[in-house]
Amino acid sequence: MSRELFKFKGGVHPPEHKAESNARPIHPAPLPKKLVIPLRQHIGNPAKPVVAVGDPVKKGQMIAEADGYISTAVHASSSGIVTAIDLQPVPHISGLPDLCITIETDGHDEWIDRKPLDLHTEPSKLRMQLRDMGLAGLGGAVFPSAVKLDPGAAHPCPTLIINGGECEPWITCDDVLMRTHADEILQGVAIMRHLLGCSEILVGIEDNKPEAIAAMRDAAARMDFAVEVVAVPARYPGGGAKQMIQVLTGKEVPSGKLSTDIGIQVFNVGTTYALARAVHHGEPLISRLVTVTGHVLRPQNFEVLIGTPMHTLITLAGDRDGTTGVLMGGPMMGVPMPNLEVPVVKATNCLLVKSAELFPPLPKALPCIRCTRCAEACPAELQPQELYRFAKAGDFGRAQEYHLFDCIECGCCSYVCPSHIPLVDYYRYAKSEIWAREKDKRASDLARERHEFRLYRQEREKKEKAEKLAAKAQAKRAELAAEPAAQGAPSDADAKKALIAAALARAQAKKAEIAPKNTDNLSPVTQQEIEEIEARRAKIRELARQPLESDEKKT
Amino acid sequence: MFTAIGVMVGIAVVIGVVLGWSAIRFKVEGNPLAEKIDAILPQTQCGQCGFPGCKPYAEAIAKGEADINQCPPGGEDGVKKLAELLGVEPKPLDETHGTPKPKSVAFIDEQTCIGCTLCIQACPVDAIVGAAKQMHTIVAAECTGCELCLPPCPVDCISMVPIAEDLPHWKWKHPVVMIKQLATEEHA
Repeated sequence: MSRELFKFKGGVHPPEHKAESNARPIHPAPLPKKLVIPLRQHIGNPAKPVVAVGDPVKKGQMIAEADGYISTAVHASSSGIVTAIDLQPVPHISGLPDLCITIETDGHDEWIDRKPLDLHTEPSKLRMQLRDMGLAGLGGAVFPSAVKLDPGAAHPCPTLIINGGECEPWITCDDVLMRTHADEILQGVAIMRHLLGCSEILVGIEDNKPEAIAAMRDAAARMDFAVEVVAVPARYPGGGAKQMIQVLTGKEVPSGKLSTDIGIQVFNVGTTYALARAVHHGEPLISRLVTVTGHVLRPQNFEVLIGTPMHTLITLAGDRDGTTGVLMGGPMMGVPMPNLEVPVVKATNCLLVKSAELFPPLPKALPCIRCTRCAEACPAELQPQELYRFAKAGDFGRAQEYHLFDCIECGCCSYVCPSHIPLVDYYRYAKSEIWAREKDKRASDLARERHEFRLYRQEREKKEKAEKLAAKAQAKRAELAAEPAAQGAPSDADAKKALIAAALARAQAKKAEIAPKNTDNLSPVTQQEIEEIEARRAKIRELARQPLESDEKKT
Repeated sequence: MFTAIGVMVGIAVVIGVVLGWSAIRFKVEGNPLAEKIDAILPQTQCGQCGFPGCKPYAEAIAKGEADINQCPPGGEDGVKKLAELLGVEPKPLDETHGTPKPKSVAFIDEQTCIGCTLCIQACPVDAIVGAAKQMHTIVAAECTGCELCLPPCPVDCISMVPIAEDLPHWKWKHPVVMIKQLATEEHA
């Protein structure tokens, strides 16, 4: 354990408050009557429902499938009946509803037929099976794990880091998990090692969790491959993936790149445990550990089914008077919950109940005095005071030039700010504004393209119509020309005349053919009249024929 | 002195030749300014500016034939950007060309639609699907909300539905609002 450790720049030392919740054993939360399971619990496309209202489901049954590569499935956390697939409030700061599947539980908690996965199947197939197991990163980002387990041809991944940092104050779910399930976590590590082909495996745990470190070292000694459990100095945000990489390896993930680009993959211990459950027990991700702490009677960790309403957990932990709000996550990065009816999701690592004593309201924000204390604390080595200035002024281009998107929103800058400026809120605002503008830009580019194509199409249609008409006229003229051409008449005028003559001849022939029906018994007078008329007609016919004859003479 | 004049004339001739040659060699096709303006315009193709589409309006601005405040969908923000690009003072939107409205998409009431295809012909971005005597519908993802399909509809079956804020489109708000509220509370 003489590994040389490195330091990341910045960071802060907020009071840890871990002892409140990590002493009690894990308590399984009781089965609620109703489970509300959101379909957008992970990064990427939301899952697509595969059940209908009224369907009976069993515990662990897939109720929504992954939609696309960066997506993952969602499962029923218990057995029961699907009663609704509709918009329900979800744990999001906006309080906006999202598509959820509601299951009325039947209390039997009856599992589907669980089959362990075969590790020797083709890796790409195994990854698809893991995607169908609903695995997503439980450290907070909820990125689909199956995607992260794809080493890719371009990026060999020699180093695997298991992140047991849990640097955020108050939260202890990873700590307790490592203490109680170290062996299973390492079974998960073995699966990751198998899929990624890693040669070096490091487990980083902050040194304020000695029991977890001891348990993990014990378990590591029992494994048939080398796992180094490293105690890293506790300093917020040392549990951030990039910070953990830097502390353990001294390597920095370049701006705008992924850790895999430098041959390192990082997984949270909770994800590793869930992977082991999925592969060795065939259990999809339907529950997780949630720390309920802060202003409650019995702060502790619960094993909670995904979809359990948050207020039941707070009631279990013993709610107290004087609650001023609940954060999902820790005090540094957590987001306030608009209401407590919302369900626990895969990203819910902690419910922190606030009170006026524990979290006194921040004093009024004062103007920035550019003291640069935030820049000293920033672990991403940014210039928060400049980012703040640009974000506030709406100068998002400059903010991006100052690497706004390298900000991990850890909250160190806001924590040290003597003016109590909610700096991270400004960065979040700027980021979402930039994303929205990019979206608008794409939409307007699409509209421009479509409009230009429409103009082009209209022009083309006009041209095609004109061409068609011209072709039709041309065809008629050719047809007209054909007959006289057979007779050897070269000029257009002649052709026309010939045609007229031919038409006349046809008409006459027709007329001649038609025999009048009332000509059998005619009086001599009538007969004479008819003969006169016929004679006149013959004269006219003669006259009509004359020009034709003259024509023929000419030719 | 004559040498000096000779040298100056010589330099002038050389520079003239180089400039003349490069003007032909590096000639830029189209109007780059109009394209830059067009990139700022919202591409709704609604024609509220008085031109048949965003590009003609951009070209008119570039030529100085149109003012920069004739685009209601672009809003004050768009005017500001145009002013910045052109180096002129921003001015308030010209109300005669309409007022900015919340972003919306057209919606066809398919029960009422008689399949006349008039809206299809009016849509500047071909976002309406349908055929004669067949029901029409809007491809919402491609609708720019220009409202050009509303007037030709003989049965008034098209309505504009504002885009509701949902989770994927939700944005973090500017935090200043909160600070101001705190400040007024304290003073009160």
